Amino acid sequence: MKLLEYQAKEVLASLGIPIPPGVVARTPDEAAAAVEKLGPVAVKAQVPVGGRGKAGGIKLAKTPEEARAAAQQIIGMDIKGFKVPLVYCESALDIAREIYLGFTVDRDARANILMLSAKGGMDIEQVAEESPESISRLYPNPWRGPLDFELAQLIYDAGLEDIARPLSALIKRLYRAIPDFDALTAEINPLVVTKSGEVVAGDAKLEIDDNAAWRHKDLEQKYGSVLEGDPYEVEAKKRALTYVSLDGDIGIIGNGAGLCMGTLDLVQRAGGKPANFCDIGGGAKAEVVENALAVILMNPKVKGVLINVFGGITRGDEVAKGVITARDNLKMKLPLVVRLSGTREEEGREILRENGIEPGVSGWEAAKKIVELTRAGARA
Amino acid sequence: MSILLDGTTTVLVQGITGREGSFHTEQMQELATKVVAGTSPGKGGTTHLGVPVFNTVADAVKATGATASGIFVPAPFAADAIMEAAAAGITLIVCITEGIPIQDMIRVKDFLRGYPQARLLGANCPGLITPGHAKIGIIPQRITSSGHVGLVSRSGTLTYEVASALSAAGMGQSTIVGIGGDPVLGLTFRDVVELFEKDSATTHLVLIGEIGGSDEEHAAELLAKGTRLKAVAFISGRTAPEGKRMGHAGAIISGNRGTAKSKEEAFRKAGVEVAETTDEIVGMLK
Repeated sequence: MKLLEYQAKEVLASLGIPIPPGVVARTPDEAAAAVEKLGPVAVKAQVPVGGRGKAGGIKLAKTPEEARAAAQQIIGMDIKGFKVPLVYCESALDIAREIYLGFTVDRDARANILMLSAKGGMDIEQVAEESPESISRLYPNPWRGPLDFELAQLIYDAGLEDIARPLSALIKRLYRAIPDFDALTAEINPLVVTKSGEVVAGDAKLEIDDNAAWRHKDLEQKYGSVLEGDPYEVEAKKRALTYVSLDGDIGIIGNGAGLCMGTLDLVQRAGGKPANFCDIGGGAKAEVVENALAVILMNPKVKGVLINVFGGITRGDEVAKGVITARDNLKMKLPLVVRLSGTREEEGREILRENGIEPGVSGWEAAKKIVELTRAGARA
Repeated sequence: MSILLDGTTTVLVQGITGREGSFHTEQMQELATKVVAGTSPGKGGTTHLGVPVFNTVADAVKATGATASGIFVPAPFAADAIMEAAAAGITLIVCITEGIPIQDMIRVKDFLRGYPQARLLGANCPGLITPGHAKIGIIPQRITSSGHVGLVSRSGTLTYEVASALSAAGMGQSTIVGIGGDPVLGLTFRDVVELFEKDSATTHLVLIGEIGGSDEEHAAELLAKGTRLKAVAFISGRTAPEGKRMGHAGAIISGNRGTAKSKEEAFRKAGVEVAETTDEIVGMLK
């Protein structure tokens, strides 16, 4: 789960990290009221994706009128596929310098990495490319977290010794996001040093591991529903599906991320455009298949659906029954190609045939078939 | 010959009395895998599927001398199950469970440094099979056949796809290893390629990778140093759109690595043929 900035900041504040005063505004009037309360503010679009500043999603407002106008522009704006549901009006900071501070999972090292740089701000990726030595790094022990001397080394390496003490304390607090909230990424960029010498989180990015959602039901309850992204992705999430919207017209269901991605590749190769990625995972039950199909059929652009299931732990007969029930329950009229193979595939194929669905032989043939059928459907 | 697993390996199943544990233990037994013990807390002293059940892995190892373990316990308990197996002296730990929190796995990886004899496969993987002899995990034996192709894959279902095509073409497999798709996992492509390299029964190699991470690139670097194996690679996700990213931390550490293009180029540079679809693999291997 990717938290919005104001949510991430609430979490950071709960860990004892200083954040600027701010107010969430759902309407232009609320944004105007925020300026009356806080003075000059930055009006910031709340979307779970980076690059909003460059997309025009952050505006400074000195007066209530300016805040109202800014909120009017920003709320409802589309930023990389996310409709902005609300803005966060935050006291403008008197910035002396900007630092980069972030934890994330380093897949190669199979460990959490902590990165710190005196060259924080929007261009940190460029800094990483051009002068990687200006980002100091630490792999904290995952059982005990970073120790004082390790942090001292990190801070000295980054050339930030003048604020070593507050910084060390702040990093330790940020680290708590890992054991306490199962954070996969906890990033503060910029970490602002104000002209009066305070160290404050200027922005915050927090991503919580979905695999650990059962340990953090409170977070899910508090923040889960606010995320307004793609409507199909939202619906899929409610139904506990792994689903990503794409912009084509062929719905895809597969079991296993690799097979599902491979199926997208095949459909594209056959000249079609996938409408989505939907991995129903191992042990897919009839109910899961129906849920997947229901979400895909919500999308009016979808002209046909390809289901590609190769079973290990997944049983072909259960998948076939699920497909039939789903098709009937949803009164699906669109072309449907089902490629079924693996455990109990014979039973599965037989069930499909009995119910008027021709099972595909290979993934490649099934992909060609659905592309052909959707094209024929489009012409008719 | 084979790697990691053969007909003499003594296998323990953690979570043997559960639905998945039971179903797949039967499948493993059908292939004559030597399943010598199972664990299920509170059910120690009973017998399940003809196998003695113990409360803990330490008890099971003490009584039966099991050296390998397949883990089928639910995600909230899986990390502990892996560490329990390592601490009890198990040398091959195969964790099938999917959905284990990443921070749990990071702690597991650190814990395993204290048990260098323990090799972890997975988690979130289909396990491994030495066709005709033994398997730990969920790879359907029906689609495999004994032979000389070493197969290593990050994806479960694509592994079946390719194994099935190889078998149909008369190209049997020495061992099939599914390393799993999680970001933090045990054995890597490179580890498994090293093992195949040393296995005299393996003459051919198929690698099935996926976008993300740089394990494929690391394996390619190894193969570039020279290999006796005739190798073909396939990467799924070449048309996948870029993830909707937030924050810079991921990009700072991975740079341009991790894309299908980067992986395919790494393999080509190493002299490994790259298939565009799984259907092409068999032809390229011949």
